[in-house]
Amino acid sequence: MTAMTERESATTMTERHTGPSLRGRFQDWLPRLVLAPSFLLVLVFVYGFNLWTLFLSFTNSKAFPTTNLIGFTNYKRLWDWTFETDPPSNWYTALVNMGLFGGLYIFFCLFLGLLLAILLDQKIRGEGILRPIYLYPLALSFIVTGTAWKLFLDPRIGLEKAVHDWGWTSFHFDWVVNPQMMIYCVAIAGVWQTSGFVMAMFLAGLRGVDGEILKAAQIDGASAYQTYRRIVIPIMRPVFFSALIVLAHMAIKSYDLVLSVTGKNPGGAAELPSTFMYSYTFTRNQMAVGSTSAVIMLMTIAAIMVPYIYSETREKSR
Amino acid sequence: MATLEIAALRKRFGTIEVLKGIDITLEKGGFLVLVGPSGCGKSTLLNTIAGLEQISSGEIRIGGDVVNHLHPSKRDIAMVFQSYALYPNMSVAENIGFGMEMRGVPRAERDKAVAAVAKTLQIEPLLARRPSQLSGGQRQRVAMGRALVRRPSIFLFDEPLSNLDAKLRVDMRVEIKRLHQTTGTTIVYVTHDQIEAMTLATKIAVLKNGELQQVGSPSEIYDRPANMFVADFMGSPAMNLLEGTVTQNGDVQRVVIARKEGEPILLPVPASVDAGKLNDGAKVIFGIRPEAVNDSESIDRNAKSVVKFDATVEIVEPAGSDTFVVIHAAGKELTARMRADADIRRGQNHTFAFNLDKAVLFDPQTTSRI
Amino acid sequence: MSAADLVTSAPARRHNGHSLTTRIVIYGMLGLFAFVYLVPLVVMVMTSLKPLDEVTGGNMFALPQHLTFTPWADAWDQARIGVSETRGIHGYFLNSVKMVIPAVLISTLLGALNGYVLTKWRFRGHKLVFGMMLFACFIPFQSVIIPMAVILGALGRIGVDLADLTGWSFGLGNATINLVIVHVIYGLGFTTLFFRNYYETFPNELVKAAMIDGASFFQIFRRILLPNSMPIFIVTVIYQFTNIWNDFLFGSTFAAGDTAPMTVALNNLVNTSTGVVEYNVNMAAAIIAAAPTLLVYVVAGRYFVRGLMAGAVKG
Repeated sequence: MTAMTERESATTMTERHTGPSLRGRFQDWLPRLVLAPSFLLVLVFVYGFNLWTLFLSFTNSKAFPTTNLIGFTNYKRLWDWTFETDPPSNWYTALVNMGLFGGLYIFFCLFLGLLLAILLDQKIRGEGILRPIYLYPLALSFIVTGTAWKLFLDPRIGLEKAVHDWGWTSFHFDWVVNPQMMIYCVAIAGVWQTSGFVMAMFLAGLRGVDGEILKAAQIDGASAYQTYRRIVIPIMRPVFFSALIVLAHMAIKSYDLVLSVTGKNPGGAAELPSTFMYSYTFTRNQMAVGSTSAVIMLMTIAAIMVPYIYSETREKSR
Repeated sequence: MATLEIAALRKRFGTIEVLKGIDITLEKGGFLVLVGPSGCGKSTLLNTIAGLEQISSGEIRIGGDVVNHLHPSKRDIAMVFQSYALYPNMSVAENIGFGMEMRGVPRAERDKAVAAVAKTLQIEPLLARRPSQLSGGQRQRVAMGRALVRRPSIFLFDEPLSNLDAKLRVDMRVEIKRLHQTTGTTIVYVTHDQIEAMTLATKIAVLKNGELQQVGSPSEIYDRPANMFVADFMGSPAMNLLEGTVTQNGDVQRVVIARKEGEPILLPVPASVDAGKLNDGAKVIFGIRPEAVNDSESIDRNAKSVVKFDATVEIVEPAGSDTFVVIHAAGKELTARMRADADIRRGQNHTFAFNLDKAVLFDPQTTSRI
Repeated sequence: MSAADLVTSAPARRHNGHSLTTRIVIYGMLGLFAFVYLVPLVVMVMTSLKPLDEVTGGNMFALPQHLTFTPWADAWDQARIGVSETRGIHGYFLNSVKMVIPAVLISTLLGALNGYVLTKWRFRGHKLVFGMMLFACFIPFQSVIIPMAVILGALGRIGVDLADLTGWSFGLGNATINLVIVHVIYGLGFTTLFFRNYYETFPNELVKAAMIDGASFFQIFRRILLPNSMPIFIVTVIYQFTNIWNDFLFGSTFAAGDTAPMTVALNNLVNTSTGVVEYNVNMAAAIIAAAPTLLVYVVAGRYFVRGLMAGAVKG
């Protein structure tokens, strides 16, 4: 491995002495030069911009960025709004929805993902057909997913109507047009889209379980159910965590899905922090408040991802 | 002017010094083997000679020129790697010719050189194949071909036989030795296998923890190890090392080896030792190789100094070509190498003999040979 | 042996190792879920092939009685997208294509170079640099769009000035180019991650041998690493293609109106209701929007999954 550490000039003992050529020095710096643009781009456009947004959150920018600092006023505002429950402030709604949507999304993705993975792992025929079926929704844009489910759950032409046609006339399922229930439809669409991915992760994890452990369990007389519950699933804990982190981070970032399922978001009942940020920044011309909500989103994600990334880069150390 | 001169070479990784002042010279056509346990720094040393690692201080000279700052491709060296490092996306011919391609050698000349090397190594039918289609031995030859075609001053080998199975390893070892004898190239070879070191080298450098333990010819290393580590590391089975005490009775010096049961063994001071350095009552470590321990009939007739003693046989290991017998003395186990058809059984009390011509003594404190 | 062997070794009536009831349950559940996963897509396709009265009057599960491709033609050429004058989605589809191809290629190539440097030419602090680039994958884009809008706006004004000065704006201010820039920058984290993990396991001795052979930095990259990088290349291209094609947030923020990409146009089409909602046209448009990524998935699904796994589960 070429060490790129600083070379100490060697003390020479003969009259013939060759020092590093100019071209040689350039070649040494070339790798760093090649990496530099990408790193600088990331530094400026990711970290720099985040700092900029942070800065904006301390200003009173309205439709355009200003530099009038007003301290933590925006944060205080959001903090107050968190507790404004009657009538609920947009921010309160956003937070509640985040919890509801996030919780349901994560839980059902994990549950379904694990269930499907265990089922698929049972040496069944047709895995080659089934697995792609569970996975294909991932190839779709969230907009397409939302559009499809909006139609599917539409009471007048979708599920409710179809069930009525089949005879069960008292069936009601107007969630997708009901402002209070819209967020659950977003969760349904989200689970449909992403559970396949979780399934793929769990399936890979299941297949990585050491066969000898299972043989030992068999000798110990454990039933299939017991073996899964007491041995296999605990071994999958790292996969759980990975999946949890990926899902949590996707839930927080969800924006396209909400928009496409709820349309124009009547009354803001399906507000999420991501839509809150967008509407306050670009529609309501309250850029500073929008920035503040963005910062809060960032902090939440950082709290989840940084420990994870730190542990990952540490493991890979050479 | 020697082909390779290493002077006061030191290498640090951060704060850890992995090579602590190495001095070695190698004459033209010599075969230097760097040998030692894992982590002793031999591969690092090879990499510094190649220029793949930079040194912290010291000097490396190839053909008289200081090469410290030269790029590997400019040092007139060639290297064969443990995994052969054949480019998987190129044919054998392209692999061998790649270096020339990088130097801008025209195609016709390249093809000629590749064909010549392929003939020498008998890999002509393989030239159009990809590395993945070759066996282990074939890949090794291609790797050697890639090195040969450069006609370098020095060949560097980094544990090239470690990836091969036992039989193939022996065959390839002979090939490498033959290559050395026919082409007369200068070679630096790294291995952790001391048998490879002994059979291939004209000069061996034993390393431990980044320090040179001893540099010398194979027989020097084997018969006159500089310290206990070298004595123990080289030779299989390892040299027997027993604790003893020096007694002085007038003019006569003796080495006394105590035993749990029976009489202590009394030995005259071995010929290799400078008797003036021994004091009465000094503790020493007595070293003798298994082949110098035999039963009284089989011991070398020409040996100048033989001492007999009785011992009980603990374990008998018939190994086909020899029988290894483990006996007890001085609280430790002693291994003797006896004839394959030796009539010996476990539990037997037998008369053994030491051939002291090759015996050595070590100072237990410094572990150096006296 | 797998976990499944336990279940198959359970006693009771055997059929392929499982009891018959167990197998019925397993296949039943799998089939039910497969149905649930497929149904929305099937309904979408069927709806897009029905005349509008069948959609509004009939059952969404019913097969089309008067099969028609008019909704598709309408989606392509005729449909009104929001308040734009342009009719049909074909223009927007093209916008996406023009934007996606350069973005994918540039971000992938840069990622490969970065991965190469980070693994084969290590320097002090390489772990920190990698960690920082890795974190950049996960930021919520909301935290950067305001500054990005400001910068792109400034670049646009510079472009206008340049055009006044030299007759050419050097592409500054062009929405497609803006999106390419944005997607390349925010895709760098992922592409670098993929290639870095792949090159990490690439034998170092090959690089050393090439160095001894006299190959330079770029020659080693071009002649040794790249030719042996096909699998990860495909994975990265597919991953980037899917993500960039399906992006909405950046597209809607930085390329509104006629220059919008496909996803934005689709959303505008479906969610701006001026009068009668033409569900069948909407569905046709959605399928057209989804077609490229679905096609890639069908053709190279194996690599698709690998990409997802590499992005989420390390090691």
